[in-house]
Amino acid sequence: MHTEWIWGLVGGLLIGLGAAVYLLGNGRIMGASGILGGLVDGSDRAFERLCFIAGVIGMPVLLRPLFSSASETHLTSNFVVIVIAGLLVGAGTRIANGCTSGHGVCGISRFSLRGIVATLIYIGAGGVTVALMRHVWGLI
Amino acid sequence: MRGLISLLAGSLFGAGLLISGMTDTTKVQGWLDVFGNWDPTLAFVMGGAILPMFIAWRMTPHLSPLTGGHFPKMGSLELDRRLVAGSVMFGMGWGLAGLCPGPAIASVTYGGFGGVVFLVAMIAGMFAAPGLGAQLDRTANAA
Repeated sequence: MHTEWIWGLVGGLLIGLGAAVYLLGNGRIMGASGILGGLVDGSDRAFERLCFIAGVIGMPVLLRPLFSSASETHLTSNFVVIVIAGLLVGAGTRIANGCTSGHGVCGISRFSLRGIVATLIYIGAGGVTVALMRHVWGLI
Repeated sequence: MRGLISLLAGSLFGAGLLISGMTDTTKVQGWLDVFGNWDPTLAFVMGGAILPMFIAWRMTPHLSPLTGGHFPKMGSLELDRRLVAGSVMFGMGWGLAGLCPGPAIASVTYGGFGGVVFLVAMIAGMFAAPGLGAQLDRTANAA
């Protein structure tokens, strides 16, 4: 099996473990867009949201020297694409009330219809976007 | 205590995102690129993440959250316009840049200036979301 797939599985298990700790410990669904979006909206529990985000940002800083190969983002240098993409991701995840972690990981694992449908839609929309932008128009 | 649990969960999440390669936009766009050089890594990440959560959800009927309160109930089964339109927008942005909210936060210290710009634009999109959502509801009612 491809080494990157094994790292994907190991990393995935850690992501799921984080979500399980958050659910069983705090009784909340671990969704990145919901936790950050709640801060933007001025919702309650701001302190625990900040603690969560501190962990998400802090742990890669500590681990990056050990996983130098995994630590490149290879993000496009086209700032128009970056800004449009960021706006779409921020607005879309809040309107749909979830992203890859909330609808994807936490939703699918409890067989939530909304989570499964959202995941199929955003993967489909992402696939069409990459197909058009990369293979038809050659923009990304 | 709740803060400590959040810090622990966030640390596991951040470690997992880095180790799985999900902060690498080429891997995510590779997963979405079914007509190009398709990369199945994301399926392994998703499968790995769903497993502990599947077990955790199975435990919830017999427990209460460690810090008190109740577990979140299953949301409505209604597939409303917000879920569909929001997920289409999210998918388009995800395909364009290869970043979703978790990795965008996790990689902010090493994603360069572009990564910071993405995060700022994402937060701006979150600010705009309530207004856009209300607009969507009005269009739905008018139709």
